[in-house]
Amino acid sequence: MTPTWVQLAYLLAAVCFIIALKALSSPRTARRGNLIGAAGALIACVVVFWETDLDHIGAILSAIAGGAVAGAIGARKVKMTQMPQLVALFNGVGGGAAALVALLELNDLAPLGSSVEEFTLAATAFTIAVGAISFAGSLVTFAKLQELMTGRPVVFNGLPIAFGLSLLVVIAVSVLIVLDAALWLGIVVCVVGLALGALLVLPVGGADVPIVISLLNAFTGLSVAAGGYVLDNTLLLVGGTLVGASGTFLTKLMANAMGRSLPNILFGALKGGSTLGAGEVSDRPVKSTSADDVAILLGYAERVIIVPGYGLAVAQAQHSLRELVDLLGERGVQVDYAIHPVAGRMPGHMNVLLAEAQVPYEQLREMDTINGDFKHADVVLVVGANDVVNPAARSTPGAPIYGMPILNADQARQIVFMKRSMRPGFAGIENDLLFDPKTTLLFGDAKDSMGSLVNAVKTL
Amino acid sequence: MTESVVWLTIFVLSVFVGVEVIAKVSPTLHTPLMSGANAIHGVILIGAILVTGTADSTGALVVGLVAVVLATLNMVGGFVVTDRMLEMFSGRRRPTARSEGEDSA
Repeated sequence: MTPTWVQLAYLLAAVCFIIALKALSSPRTARRGNLIGAAGALIACVVVFWETDLDHIGAILSAIAGGAVAGAIGARKVKMTQMPQLVALFNGVGGGAAALVALLELNDLAPLGSSVEEFTLAATAFTIAVGAISFAGSLVTFAKLQELMTGRPVVFNGLPIAFGLSLLVVIAVSVLIVLDAALWLGIVVCVVGLALGALLVLPVGGADVPIVISLLNAFTGLSVAAGGYVLDNTLLLVGGTLVGASGTFLTKLMANAMGRSLPNILFGALKGGSTLGAGEVSDRPVKSTSADDVAILLGYAERVIIVPGYGLAVAQAQHSLRELVDLLGERGVQVDYAIHPVAGRMPGHMNVLLAEAQVPYEQLREMDTINGDFKHADVVLVVGANDVVNPAARSTPGAPIYGMPILNADQARQIVFMKRSMRPGFAGIENDLLFDPKTTLLFGDAKDSMGSLVNAVKTL
Repeated sequence: MTESVVWLTIFVLSVFVGVEVIAKVSPTLHTPLMSGANAIHGVILIGAILVTGTADSTGALVVGLVAVVLATLNMVGGFVVTDRMLEMFSGRRRPTARSEGEDSA
């Protein structure tokens, strides 16, 4: 039986987690909230060493030190553009840890035979299965975001059948564990769970991956919660459940922000969307332009709106962009940034990236407040963005992004795209706006183009 | 059996708390919130420490230590990367916002 003061310390840590989540939902308190969460975790770690009679303490402390150093360095060194995949990776290893913990516990429970409660065994099987799904699913999302594999949905014949069969196997073997626990059954659940996680995420299109990370985050939370029941630890139960519940709700909020439904995100590709194959470069004619022409266009405009996208951040052109906006401001041009909720690769990602380049907060306008202004804009400059201004979201049912709210860039008098190539956006579909008579394209690396543009504006 | 009901009670109440505390989050903070929640389930580290500390075979010890490393990566990496994201937001609040000592940097 866990001593009372330890239970109370766990309660304190759980309260820290609740306060952390609450504070994280408001910009003013978010950073403090995160620190409170970390403090709660620290309290719990100190207490567990203090109260329990543990062996192998040296080895455990070394493992913690190794993990902490690697985690901190990874989190400090990662480029802000690659942050979504790092979050996916951290989530995955958490799920993996939960599955391993439950496997070890099953190893201890199995020899006890029928004296173990059925519900404990069911929770153990659940922790293994969901932890493994989260681990494998997160690794696939990592590979997609890191571009180790294609960002487009991966579908093959029989995928739904393979998925259904794996799910049945996991459930059936979990029932066997409840009836007659054995370690090897747990290992089967773990291995099939891994396959299930991969099969779940493979058919998801690149643009939807952030929502899936959030969903897998909730999965890991539930897995940890079930692990808490198995280990008779209230903190794991409360912490895991909090993340499971808030993660599920956050997933729904994110899906709503993109105008998507969760079943559509997960299984839409299996039904066969009409535009899934349209990843090739089109040979329709486009109008390309030079930096000097764009400089004249911008320099003599009254109202300019910038639509920044992930390509801007990849090319590290945010700083040159801010220089350009400053120059235009000096010439009396009114310039705003239009920030789509999912600009970048995750909701809010673009705000972080532009904040890094010290763009003033007041110039960042959210979609709802700026969408009415596009029709008064002389020029819209789209830098490294594509899907968030693709009219297919309004007009092409069956397109992977259909229904997603977009920025009304097509209503402006002139549209200039700065693009590296004619390659389609992350969602893998063609953008009709590129072929609009009002549109001109400035090809090249965003950083180089932005540099020449800044110079050209200076000489106006 | 009553003990199971206590656990169920804690679970159900936690579900409501989890949804309620984040219900009003602004879209700008979706990513940091996801990342912060991600760090919180790193608390599985407690479970990993407990099972590793009672491991009675070399195999179990090795698996346990792997779990400890993975859980620590989740927890420490999660909190640090969230802090780094939120660092970007501080210091550029609207001037009317109450100023606080911690974000003078």
